[in-house]
Amino acid sequence: MSEFFTTAILTATIASGIQLAAPFLLASLGETLGQRSGVLNLGVDGIMLLGAFTSYYVALKTGDLRLAVLSGIAVGAACGLATAFISVTLRAEQGISGIGVYLFALGLTSLLFLKLVGTPLPIDQPGKIEVPYLHGLPLVGKTLFRQDALVYLAFALVPVVAFVLNRTTFGLNVKAVGENPAAADSLGVSVARTRYATVTIGSALAGLAGATLLIDVGIFQQNITNAVGFIAVALVYFGAWRPVGVMLGSLLYGLTQALVLSWKGLGIIPVSLSDLAAAAPAVITVLALLTVARRFRQPAALATPYTRGG
Amino acid sequence: MRKLLLMLATVAALVLAVPVVSAPSKTDATKLKVALIAPSARTDLAFTQSMHHALLNLQKKYGFELSVSENQFVVANAANIIRQYADQGYDLVIAHGSQYGGTIEQLAPLFPKTSFAWGTAGATFGQPNVYAYEANSQEGGYVNGYIASLMSKTKVLGVIGPIAVGDAKLYVDGFVAGAKAQSKKTVVNVAYTGSFSDPSLMSKQASVFVAQKADVLTGSSQSVVGALSVVRENNLKWFGTQWTQASLAPGNVVATQMYDWMPALNQIITRVQSGKLGGVSYRISLKNGGERIQFNKAAKTPKAIQETAKKVVEKIVSGKIVISTGT
Repeated sequence: MSEFFTTAILTATIASGIQLAAPFLLASLGETLGQRSGVLNLGVDGIMLLGAFTSYYVALKTGDLRLAVLSGIAVGAACGLATAFISVTLRAEQGISGIGVYLFALGLTSLLFLKLVGTPLPIDQPGKIEVPYLHGLPLVGKTLFRQDALVYLAFALVPVVAFVLNRTTFGLNVKAVGENPAAADSLGVSVARTRYATVTIGSALAGLAGATLLIDVGIFQQNITNAVGFIAVALVYFGAWRPVGVMLGSLLYGLTQALVLSWKGLGIIPVSLSDLAAAAPAVITVLALLTVARRFRQPAALATPYTRGG
Repeated sequence: MRKLLLMLATVAALVLAVPVVSAPSKTDATKLKVALIAPSARTDLAFTQSMHHALLNLQKKYGFELSVSENQFVVANAANIIRQYADQGYDLVIAHGSQYGGTIEQLAPLFPKTSFAWGTAGATFGQPNVYAYEANSQEGGYVNGYIASLMSKTKVLGVIGPIAVGDAKLYVDGFVAGAKAQSKKTVVNVAYTGSFSDPSLMSKQASVFVAQKADVLTGSSQSVVGALSVVRENNLKWFGTQWTQASLAPGNVVATQMYDWMPALNQIITRVQSGKLGGVSYRISLKNGGERIQFNKAAKTPKAIQETAKKVVEKIVSGKIVISTGT
């Protein structure tokens, strides 16, 4: 155990945890927006897959990572429009339609990868960005201030989303539509337009989450997300539909994953318990979810399609 | 309700339209019909690619029809597909993954005229229509570990496995034994991510090993592509197994234990053609040519190192080196 408490190992573990948390955070921030307006999108993982594949393919063909990330976001937004059409306009059962989106994306990305790429090829990855002066701080410098640009972006979006939800008219409309769409409608707030906006922005963030994961790994693989999107949905409940709560949940999950990996590598977790330990992040998050989320109430109109006068 | 049904039907149609099962390449009732079900893509640079490559080579020799169903990492889905192949009269159904064992055990008695093969494992479940195949991957693992220890400057090696089962565990055990045989002072850190298909965890595990001063890494499963980005970024050395990953890091991949399933498949197909549907298990090894150590030319490994590897291989083949796998 003493080997773990060295600067190098601690730094690497925390840095890995933060990096691992970033895709969860982006996806769950997006899902938070949607859920606050009353739309449950279980297709997040599928949208992440589409975002990751699009980013990968664009990066492979153009070598331009910025364009790759923007493409991932654009595909995510397009998926969001499709999801909103199904959930808001068609008023379909949101859980089932989300699973449909996921299955469709899983099959489509596998097929496209096979047909368009075939043999996997790596993409060029961006270097870490060091924040001037701060990255030199002992311990925290290398963990907090030497990360990928998209990791900084993910954490920077937390106060932005919190501000939008709590301090803008749009945010107040979102919460009103999620709590009592009929009342919001009677005050002239367009329920459909608000939900279209949140689901589209949220899905764009899911596409960005896929791009972040892809650029971190440096290569696409079938089902590369490995249920990150589904965990992100759970983290929204963990975070009680609040951006800061969602960030804490993402960090808890990512850091637990990194801690388990580090302890496995050091032999602190024996090989015989390796598979059991792999489930630790999920178990810890579920336990935390049970204790934390019970104190908060979900948006009253969550997963309920709105019909005027209905 | 009608809208919901319409939407579900549309989604189902779209999902079903994705051809996860490729059609047989030829249609001739007299030809042997072979099906492959695999957990990852035929281009995974690992487990599935090794089997698909061998089947394509054998197809030229035997001219059988081949249908491939890849990316079947969900066992329940794979079980359905295996059953469909048996229903459709395929002569040989190859379930390429140790996770499919339970399915084969259940289905084999229901389709006595169909021959099933699965691996990597040795059990035929006492069924007359089940073949099993496995790899002595500890052998190539030993050679890789020996050379890795020889080439390491920090004398710290990192090994990333998926789940401690089948040929992945054998490879890891062999690698550790080889490294320790070269030098007892070499530290070999081993970790299993708990997933065959999570390149992100592989990547992060590799980063942790870098922090532990490992300068040579190895790993098994299709998810190792995640670790290769860390290897490239930190200019480490990499040893592979199952199939070469040299295309992902040409300057870093030193050597690979290549799988060639031909020795096992050749016998299985010959027996199926003569009406013997199972009951035998096969192994590929350095001795029978089912495994070989392939150095990556782009890595420019010194000749002396390659010669050392050759001598270790000879000793394993001759039985002078016996590898303990801890199982």
